[in-house]
Amino acid sequence: MTRAQIRAVVVPVVVFGLLAIVPKLAVDIPVLFPGSLDSPGTLQLLALMLTFAGLALTYDLLFGFTGLMSFGHALYFAVGVYVAAVAMTKWHWGFWPSILFTCAVGLLLPVVLGTISLRVTGIAFAMVTLAFAQAGSVLAFKNPGGLTGGEDGFGVDYTKLPSALVGIFNTKNLYWLALVYAAVVFVVGRWAINSSPGKVWQAIRENELRVEVLGMRPFDYKLMSCVLASFLATLGGIVYLMLISGASPDVTTPPFTLALLIMVVIGGTGSRWGALIGGVVYTYLDHRLADLSGSSAVSGLPSVLRVPLREPTFVLGLLFILTVYFAPGGLARLGRIRRRPTTFEEAL
Amino acid sequence: MSTVVLLAITGLGLGAMYFLIASGLSLIYGLMGVLNFAHGAFLTVGAYAMWYSETKLDAVPVVPRFILAALVGLVVGTIVAALVELFLIRPLYGRHIEQVLVTVGLGLCITALIRSIWGPDPKFVALPPWTRETTSVLGASIPNDRWIEIITAALVLLGLNLFLRRTRYGLIVRAGVENRAMVTALGIDVRRAFTLVFAIGGVAAALAGVLSALYFGTVDPERGTSLLIFAFIVVVIGGLGSIGGTAAAAVLVALVQQFANYYASAGMGDLSVVLLLAIVLLARPGGLTAAAPA
Repeated sequence: MTRAQIRAVVVPVVVFGLLAIVPKLAVDIPVLFPGSLDSPGTLQLLALMLTFAGLALTYDLLFGFTGLMSFGHALYFAVGVYVAAVAMTKWHWGFWPSILFTCAVGLLLPVVLGTISLRVTGIAFAMVTLAFAQAGSVLAFKNPGGLTGGEDGFGVDYTKLPSALVGIFNTKNLYWLALVYAAVVFVVGRWAINSSPGKVWQAIRENELRVEVLGMRPFDYKLMSCVLASFLATLGGIVYLMLISGASPDVTTPPFTLALLIMVVIGGTGSRWGALIGGVVYTYLDHRLADLSGSSAVSGLPSVLRVPLREPTFVLGLLFILTVYFAPGGLARLGRIRRRPTTFEEAL
Repeated sequence: MSTVVLLAITGLGLGAMYFLIASGLSLIYGLMGVLNFAHGAFLTVGAYAMWYSETKLDAVPVVPRFILAALVGLVVGTIVAALVELFLIRPLYGRHIEQVLVTVGLGLCITALIRSIWGPDPKFVALPPWTRETTSVLGASIPNDRWIEIITAALVLLGLNLFLRRTRYGLIVRAGVENRAMVTALGIDVRRAFTLVFAIGGVAAALAGVLSALYFGTVDPERGTSLLIFAFIVVVIGGLGSIGGTAAAAVLVALVQQFANYYASAGMGDLSVVLLLAIVLLARPGGLTAAAPA
């Protein structure tokens, strides 16, 4: 094995291994986290960060590696949250049948919707996926047949969940579940990107016409990428459901997909570590900015600065714009040589 | 019968707003290849500028106050759009993905900023009393503001067509939509037209914002974002870069939405619009007019 190959195994093992022992550490990190690392509050936040890290990576498979700018990725995450929650709570199915059913939906839906939306390319594709996600969002908000609980969503029937995942004492198990999810997406992502269809994805990203001229059908490969990314996002939705033990329509909205886009770009498009880092940073700031801006350092500022800092979306949006201008490779490539800025040109 | 008339005219009023947003989007996309996600924010900025100047002008009688405030809204929307083009989009020419990303971030930032300053709740707008009354047409009581929306959109459609067909800049814009490289090769600086098109889009979006205040009676920070999604659908159905197609699609989408919302159930309208989009894409991937995207 070459050094690069060894590093490709050792680095993830070390990183995920270190993350796995976090719930055993009674270390207090003041300001950054609400409590010591093994407290349920901190573990819950860390678990959310890991779930969104995995989810951001699924979006990066589409956007960063295949060059497909989808604005509807939230839909498949929401499928994981809502279908599982509805099956367990409203239809009173058992845990495993619900999960299996959700996985089946998460596999079939992207096949159908992908087949339709991939008939167009570039910006039209972005808009069509946005429209489909909007349809899902309408379903979640309008509460058809009392299934989705409308604007408030609903809590999942926790008697159906495995007992190891219920209760505040078991937050560490939820944390490990989220960690496993992030690790699975990471490993599957690597396997997919290095497989021969994965090479074609990246070729499509660089120049779709050339792939077609070489005698391949880009449509098949793009559909494959859509289905894999969407299915992994559905799994993420299931993990998220366990974490917050309820379904709320926030995860169906277009801003949620845009949040994924922001995570990937801030972290670094087309980089697996970048997407993970982006998901972690975004989720952390999204949850902690409100608390941090209440701190004494911020409350001393004039109101012109203080008011916008209360809105995490504003700060994150600004960070996102700055990344696009000044660090096009994202956090993962800070300090490295800039990529050619025209790399994604053909994707649109 | 009266219900059908009411739904049709209300649908046209909604379609007028969709058209105003979508025409700007469509022109910007057709000429520059940029899908402007900040377009909804231009709308919200226009609507809030109008609401804010109304609150500052409370000594003025309601009708001139409304007109003055609406003008302020339009001017602010136009200036914001032109500044965005000059300072944020221009440095990224030729990098379409980055341009789209910047507009996405900008849309989020502007909306969040407005929400953090004026709060998430809808603000009531003072409107001329006449717009709150109704006119009877074929037995249906039509709220008067619908006429203003429809007439304004029709005038904008006419004006845009005159601008595109009769003026030199319109010619450059049309040629640029058709073939940007050729226009540049003929020695014309298309980039100056970019700012112009952004400003036109901004004024149309701000106008949509003012009309939406008239239609809903309120302004709120999410207004632009929620209308923008339907405007996107209108642009795709109408065919990117075609003003006539956009107008037809705006009317179609709004009517389908109104009638399905009434005759099926609330929420069905939004779903049927998405279904309509799917059908159009399956039958004619280039949109109704099938104009080749630049």
